[in-house]
Amino acid sequence: MAEITKANGIGDWLDQRLATKKLAKVLMSEYWIPKNINFLWAMGVVLVVLFAILIISGIFLLMYYKPDINLAFDSVNYTIMQEVDYGWLWRHMHGVAASMIFLVIYIHMFTGIYYGSYKKGREMIWLTGMALFGIFSAEAFSGYMLPWGQMSYWAAQVITNLFGAIPVIGDALVVWIRGDYAVADSTLTRFFMLHVLLLPLAIIGLIAVHFYSLRIPHVNNQEGEDIDFDKESEKYLAGNKKESKVVPFWPVFLSKDFFVTGAFLTFYFYLVFYHFNFAMDPINFEPANPMKTPAHIYPEWYFLWSYEVLRGFFFDIAGIAAMNIGLVAFGFANVIFMLLPFLDKDPNVVPAHKRPKFRIWFWVLLLDLMILTVYGKLPPTGMNAWVGFFAAITFIGLWVALPFITKSDAKVTGGVK
Amino acid sequence: MAVKRRDFLGMAFGGFAAVGGVISLGAMKKTWDPLPSVKAAGFTTVDLSPMTDGEFRMITWRGKPIFILKKTAEMKKNENRDVVVGNAQYSVMIGLCTHLGCIPTWKPKELKFKCACHGGEFDASGVNTFGPPPRPMDIPPFKIDGTKLVLGEIGPEYKKLVAKA
Repeated sequence: MAEITKANGIGDWLDQRLATKKLAKVLMSEYWIPKNINFLWAMGVVLVVLFAILIISGIFLLMYYKPDINLAFDSVNYTIMQEVDYGWLWRHMHGVAASMIFLVIYIHMFTGIYYGSYKKGREMIWLTGMALFGIFSAEAFSGYMLPWGQMSYWAAQVITNLFGAIPVIGDALVVWIRGDYAVADSTLTRFFMLHVLLLPLAIIGLIAVHFYSLRIPHVNNQEGEDIDFDKESEKYLAGNKKESKVVPFWPVFLSKDFFVTGAFLTFYFYLVFYHFNFAMDPINFEPANPMKTPAHIYPEWYFLWSYEVLRGFFFDIAGIAAMNIGLVAFGFANVIFMLLPFLDKDPNVVPAHKRPKFRIWFWVLLLDLMILTVYGKLPPTGMNAWVGFFAAITFIGLWVALPFITKSDAKVTGGVK
Repeated sequence: MAVKRRDFLGMAFGGFAAVGGVISLGAMKKTWDPLPSVKAAGFTTVDLSPMTDGEFRMITWRGKPIFILKKTAEMKKNENRDVVVGNAQYSVMIGLCTHLGCIPTWKPKELKFKCACHGGEFDASGVNTFGPPPRPMDIPPFKIDGTKLVLGEIGPEYKKLVAKA
């Protein structure tokens, strides 16, 4: 039992009971971050802010949304958009934030790839991060279903059908996931549950593990320098702030993050108020109709690259059906990023510009993903189908080549110890 | 000795909890199954006699689109798939592309079905002829009752088609 004395203020009263001063030190003022970083290291905090925006706007949407196929469309497009005061604001904030969170996740991911922040003790950060990407994808998909427009319905139809490709149990699994022979009311209600409860809970839990897994290996820096955090933090605490290579998370690191977040939010709210349409597909303003497929369907922009890998294989190869090759390639695309720390055979943490072959690999991968994204939106006919095919092959080839490229680079970056 | 007793208690507790966990997983799985009302609903009867040669119709069965096409002389016969009612051949199939489940469109001039999603094509009998669809469109279970077609019930004609496929 701790010794409780008469408190000299609310802070002290809480500190005696909750050790708040110690907690603040551990989490904030003595959590050390390297100085040698740039604005790309602020993306984590930007993501936290975006996730908070999604939760807050979601709470208000949840008060009027009705997860029933006869009511859903009007509850969104009439009640929320026209009757509820500022309902349009919550909806546009929610839709634009969902889109933006993927943009920032991609920047966050590629920052990690560029600076090698996924290896030498940082594997768990990468793995929990990629797991978060997976759950966020499920979260985005289940949320897209809720307005019950044409795109909602047909996206649900196509995505649930993907599970039908699993051998033996496929067809039964699709019916089980939907709760009906076709995408129907039971499907909408259960995906509503996933969207507002189970998946957000999983995301919050994983974020906690993601943050914690950063604690032991510490934040990486621009040069991949192996910093002695104990020594550098002592220097800082002793007053040698200029000489020390680290700064405390609060207030120093966060002040820079807040600036980047502020700049980002300016851009975000500009989109919310003036360009929300990119996140509001016109086809989805037509109520779901199981008897009519829209002439051209496509996923949201952040899924286009993997969608294009799926449909890039449009002809049979060596007797294997085009559809099965596409599905295998799609499965590959969705797990391969997870394996990055184990496919990179260079043990040294070095930024891409100091890794001769990896540097080229990085930029080719980024370019290839952009090409896949652009062609994923275009109709898959004629020349487009071939561009998609070669971009999909390139994507797979890059990952197959990665272990060899990184092994060869290791000789330059410091050798294999 | 005391340690062994603890091990036993630990295993007994763990085993009991594991069995309970597995059983509750079964309950969770079943909660997600289609409801009895969903399973029971699902017989649709359609009268084919008013259809004219070459006419294409789309009806609903179990929430899915069903294509019915009365074949003309110029459309190739397909003994493995045609539903014969009276003297006429009909193509009857679940109107969902076997690739990822979009609804293909009937193109009467080209005599084929085209899927807008990923470019798949099927002939008038519903056999895949181009693109990613891995197999012909599925034939729903049916029974012939005079000039009427009962979808959802399994008749001898359906069994024959299934045997040929």
